[in-house]
Amino acid sequence: MTEPLTREPASRKPILQVRNLVKHFPLTRGILFKKEIGAVKAVDGISFDLYAGETLGIVGESGCGKSTVAKLLMNLEQATSGEVFYKGEDITRLSGRALKAVRRNIQMVFQDPYTSLNPRMTVGDIIGEPFDIHPEVAPKGDRRARVRELLDVVGLNPEYINRYPHQFSGGQRQRIGIARGLALNPEIIICDEPVSALDVSVQAQVVNLMEKLQDEFGLSYVFIAHDLSIVRHISDRVGVMYLGRMAEIGTDTEIYEHPTHPYTQALLSAVPVPDPQARERRERIILTGDVPSPANPPSGCRFRTRCWKAEERCAQETPLLAVPSVFAGSDSPAAHESACHFAAEKDVVGSASVDAA
Amino acid sequence: MTVTDERTGAAAPVSTTPLLEVRDLHVEFHTRDGVARAVNGVDYSVNAGETLAVLGESGSGKSVTAQTIMGILDMPPGRITQGEILFHGQDMLTMSAEQRRKIRGRKIAMIFQDALSSLNPVLSVGYQLGEMFRVHQGMSRKQARAKSIELMDRVRIPAAKERIGDYPHQFSGGMRQRIMIAMALALEPELIIADEPTTALDVTVQAQVMDLLAELQREYNMGLILITHDLGVVADVADKIAVMYAGRIVETSPVHDIYARPAHPYTKGLLRSIPRLDQKGQELYAIKGLPPNLTRIPGGCAFHPRCPMAQDVCATDVPLLHPVGAERGSACHFWKETIGD
Ligand SMILES: Nc1ncnc2c1ncn2[C@@H]1O[C@H](COP(=O)(O)OP(=O)(O)OP(=O)(O)O)[C@@H](O)[C@H]1O
Ligand SMILES: Nc1ncnc2c1ncn2[C@@H]1O[C@H](COP(=O)(O)OP(=O)(O)OP(=O)(O)O)[C@@H](O)[C@H]1O
Ligand code: SF4
Ligand code: SF4
Ligand SMILES: [Mg+2]
Ligand SMILES: [Mg+2]
Repeated sequence: MTEPLTREPASRKPILQVRNLVKHFPLTRGILFKKEIGAVKAVDGISFDLYAGETLGIVGESGCGKSTVAKLLMNLEQATSGEVFYKGEDITRLSGRALKAVRRNIQMVFQDPYTSLNPRMTVGDIIGEPFDIHPEVAPKGDRRARVRELLDVVGLNPEYINRYPHQFSGGQRQRIGIARGLALNPEIIICDEPVSALDVSVQAQVVNLMEKLQDEFGLSYVFIAHDLSIVRHISDRVGVMYLGRMAEIGTDTEIYEHPTHPYTQALLSAVPVPDPQARERRERIILTGDVPSPANPPSGCRFRTRCWKAEERCAQETPLLAVPSVFAGSDSPAAHESACHFAAEKDVVGSASVDAA
Repeated sequence: MTVTDERTGAAAPVSTTPLLEVRDLHVEFHTRDGVARAVNGVDYSVNAGETLAVLGESGSGKSVTAQTIMGILDMPPGRITQGEILFHGQDMLTMSAEQRRKIRGRKIAMIFQDALSSLNPVLSVGYQLGEMFRVHQGMSRKQARAKSIELMDRVRIPAAKERIGDYPHQFSGGMRQRIMIAMALALEPELIIADEPTTALDVTVQAQVMDLLAELQREYNMGLILITHDLGVVADVADKIAVMYAGRIVETSPVHDIYARPAHPYTKGLLRSIPRLDQKGQELYAIKGLPPNLTRIPGGCAFHPRCPMAQDVCATDVPLLHPVGAERGSACHFWKETIGD
């Protein structure tokens, strides 16, 4: 379907380009006369590219805006400002038929396999539902056959077509969600915590399936998750979000082995390592304090209230997401985009020992 | 029995009776689809100052066992059909209700997974903490309040004095979980059962909460039963591990041995499914098949339909917990082969 990918970024084409994307949810008070008293700055100026055939992982703490980004990419939420270019066209401005055409190519798989499927619909109806909106993909007579094919692709028995969601386990339900996401032959699938609700053993089955389908159909994934080891396994590049902004973005090696943003360093050091030997060796950065409210984020660098390196400048000047000047022109893996005034490498022992098994 | 834990060394208190011991516990639920055998002969024990991690996939009976210990099992549909729960050697299932009440909630406390739903949304955090002291220790409002502030300080809620009147929704997830820990600690229990205490939290907050729990445990020399499915958290804090599958303990071991050399194919499969760096770009190892239906648990070894090592005998004979060295056990006919390769 797609030509083989070379790993050279220069020769790769972005399929999705996100520029200064902003989503503010208004905070109102009063019942009759709603007065706007502020806004939750859920996503506050995010830019990144998604290349054809790659997986971009997005990680970050609860409430940092990951799901909101996903919904903005799907155009399920109206952006406050900013652009999302799909093959050069800004989809935040599309409506009607043009939007429908684009939507066909960008699909979503949701977190919760227990609640995201309608319990009253059969599996066949759930997977075939997108054909109601896009009948051109599968003419009426072909639908059942197409649904059976999709069931087969995701490793479910096509005979199960008339069963209901409650008759399936969590992992099987997530497969149903993936089959529905594939129904319209999309190019991009946005996965919002697709395996977070599953057990380790079932998680591995679903991740393997997703990788297989990517190879087979040349799909591009945005993979949102809070399990950093799963994200590393599946991603080509990883973006780290904090409080509505992107703190750091780079290839998986750049982020996991050469993080330069203090937040990424803290995040990686806090990941529990499945190796009791590492207990004593690990040097963890325990962050103090709680994540500030996105309705009232700190000035300057959003991470400064918890950052051990914060200085005066961090409160005044917002650090931009760019290759830090200290690394400019260097071909070290530390030379990737990081939004910190004092970006520097730090050996994060915990993350390094994951591979020591 | 003079089993001293070598790793915790001299510091480990040596006592002949464990703080808590569960023996051959069986619990079933009567459901529309039949009898679900959720717990099928669980044995585990924990000493003062020790952390036992209970591991296993969703539905393996971890929480039901804990609920039975705490006396909060839904009965009906739940039914305890067999077994003993010994606290300092005394069976809680046969003692008088009066005696039991003195233990549960006071000497054994529980922390639940979802802090928001286990706190009452219409009462202030301070009131709910204070209630522990008013009800159990007959303190006055004023005394209880002072105690509550002290506890909130202890679990590091900043500006405890000012925040004592706040409601649960005004606290972050991590802070709410710390309030739950404070409540569990209020009466200085000897044993804490923590059921997925950090599953709903972020890694950075999770690290804060687990550190706090470990520190307080040391300070009070409490026993801790930590229920989780996070193999990383277990490696970080546990002294010993009990792995559950289909309502039974399939492997028990000190923490170091099990990660290095699992003695049960299920444990081995779990450990192998963790993504590792050197496997990037390859398929993850996945245990094949599905968790068993508890109304129709496979005969013989319950794991046999999914086990890569299964032989004919596995479908017919239930494997007992074979001793593997002094402190370990594996409920597998072929534990030697499992540990060997
Ligand atoms: N419809 C909405 N109205 C008001 N606030 C919202 C709405 N949706 C999200 N938010 C807020 O926006 C912020 C970002 O939410 P989002 O769901 O994107 O976070 P997330 O990173 O996906 O978190 P999690 O890891 O918990 O899923 C949160 O503070 C959330 O409360
Ligand atoms: N009140 C109840 N009525 C009927 N069945 C129940 C009840 N409580 C638990 N069960 C069943 O008992 C089995 C064991 O449940 P339990 O909650 O102990 O699992 P668990 O190991 O804690 O799993 P998880 O990791 O998902 O929390 C499950 O199959 C569950 O459906
Ligand atoms: S800009 Fe300042 S506060 Fe922000 S991460 Fe860098 S050092 Fe810390
Ligand atoms: S007893 Fe047989 S089926 Fe069960 S775990 Fe051992 S080898 Fe596998
Ligand atoms: Mg989300
Ligand atoms: Mg449970």
